[in-house]
Amino acid sequence: MNPTLAAIGLGPYLFVSAVLLVLGVLGIFLNRKNVIILLMALELILLSANLNLIAFSSALGDLSGQVMVLFVLTIAAAEAAIGLAIVTVYFRNRGSIQVEDITMMKG
Amino acid sequence: MAVPSLLNWAVALPEIALACMGSVILVLGVFLQRGKRFSSVVLLSVAALIFTAFLVLLAPSGVGYSGTFVNDTFARFMNLLVIVGAGCAIILSVSYRVDKNTPLPFEIPVLMLFSTLGAMLMVSSINLMALFVGLELSSLSIYILCAAGRENLLSSEAGLKYFILGSFASGLLLYGVSLVYGYTGTMEYSGLISAIRTVDTVPMGLVVGIVFILVGLCFKLSIVPFHMWTPDVYQGSLTPVTAYMSVAPKFAAFALLLRVMLESFGTMAPRWALLLEAVSMLSMVYGALAAIPQSNIKRLMAYSSIGHMGYAMMGLVADSVWGVQATLIYLVAYLFMNSGAFACISAMRKKGYEVFDIADLAGLSKTDPGMAAALAIFMFSMAGVPPLAGFFGKFVVFAAAWQSGFYGLVFVAVISSVIGAYYYLRVVKVMYFDTPVQAFDHPAPSLVLVFGSMSIVTVLFVAFLGPLMTVAQQAAVALAG
Repeated sequence: MNPTLAAIGLGPYLFVSAVLLVLGVLGIFLNRKNVIILLMALELILLSANLNLIAFSSALGDLSGQVMVLFVLTIAAAEAAIGLAIVTVYFRNRGSIQVEDITMMKG
Repeated sequence: MAVPSLLNWAVALPEIALACMGSVILVLGVFLQRGKRFSSVVLLSVAALIFTAFLVLLAPSGVGYSGTFVNDTFARFMNLLVIVGAGCAIILSVSYRVDKNTPLPFEIPVLMLFSTLGAMLMVSSINLMALFVGLELSSLSIYILCAAGRENLLSSEAGLKYFILGSFASGLLLYGVSLVYGYTGTMEYSGLISAIRTVDTVPMGLVVGIVFILVGLCFKLSIVPFHMWTPDVYQGSLTPVTAYMSVAPKFAAFALLLRVMLESFGTMAPRWALLLEAVSMLSMVYGALAAIPQSNIKRLMAYSSIGHMGYAMMGLVADSVWGVQATLIYLVAYLFMNSGAFACISAMRKKGYEVFDIADLAGLSKTDPGMAAALAIFMFSMAGVPPLAGFFGKFVVFAAAWQSGFYGLVFVAVISSVIGAYYYLRVVKVMYFDTPVQAFDHPAPSLVLVFGSMSIVTVLFVAFLGPLMTVAQQAAVALAG
């Protein structure tokens, strides 16, 4: 375990990451306004998992968690690019990116 | 298990070849002439898939890439299912027109290849890192595929919905992965088993992590209560894309579920068995009930796939070699009848435009007896009428669950398949007994090829059931034995 982490302990890291996760989930389910905010909430969820991975990796003295974070960052970038592209296409067809307007299909 | 520094790249030969061929086809597609572009890309993609299938059969068994990747009988079996499903979807895209004359963009078959590659990586992963990367490669390609009808509002809405909910599920899965890693200290499945075996009480964080991973995978499988995206995305996406989504990624997610739950967390089976039993029951009942009021055939197929995934899950709940074998056989039957049914749905066009109402099928037995017979075979098979493929699929999973003592589950499954038979047979009734409406356009030869061959396979399923059982058993033993 590295010195800084030993001084603070693993608990606060896990707590912060759990808070980030909850914020992300709430951002998706309580947000009725804008799709861009959904994209931000999605990013928050991925980052909360990253924080977890780094904290665990440091506490365990095992590198694979940090390697995984690099993979996740790359994937998150690709995901954001695809998400924005889809939002653009949707906006061109619908003329709005309000969450309450995404209701052409119901059931 | 593996010598840590050993690369052993030959075990991943099919995946490497598919990745290279996909990239080459993508570049070629840019330089090809506009008129011939789509058909040449489709031809090359199908050839690439056939070549990959050969490599899957030839590639040596073993563990590679420092214990992140495995090639065994189970991986081979699931890879072949994924490839066949993807191949059918690509063939369906040949004659597909966005509106009257515009063919699809040529990237669609290429994206399907990349998504297949991701699915194959998922099937062969024995490390949480490889699991996540494979899953994301497969999902990211599907997000784009869903939104591929760029001028079409429904398609872009389907893409947006699937993107948001799909990334949310991936995020939860990743969070689960991070917890499992933290509480066991390893990402390798073999390490997870020994880490779980050594502790007396399983830590709470690990249980939460496993539940998060389960939620993520159930979402990809559209198991109730994580099914809400399915009907909308199935309805909005272009039909070949829907056909693709309903098979290949589902098989990959099932392979992952089997591998993760039985291989790594198998010692905790009693803890999660109840959870899986509940979601399996819920999906088959929900799939049967919610499909009844549907008038759009793609939505009907969405609810039907929710139900089928519930049945296929019974084998996993049974938690035995026989159960895994049953699930594999169910998935094979599902592959044939589902691809065939989507070929028929692709053939539903009037004056060049797609129609999706079940009412549009009225009197099909008079206007196109061949297609009506094929669709009737698929519907009877999905309803589980003997001696078609779906019956044997259902029979083996019911038997496996019964053998492991899940009598309540089998009871619910029988009831819900009786309810489900109602809406499948309603389609048959509309085709054979209602007054004919305007006939469909003549189906394209590629579609006739798919639904013709699939209907033959569905009818003659019993003929190759014996060899299939043997192969599925070998695969199940490789996994759970």
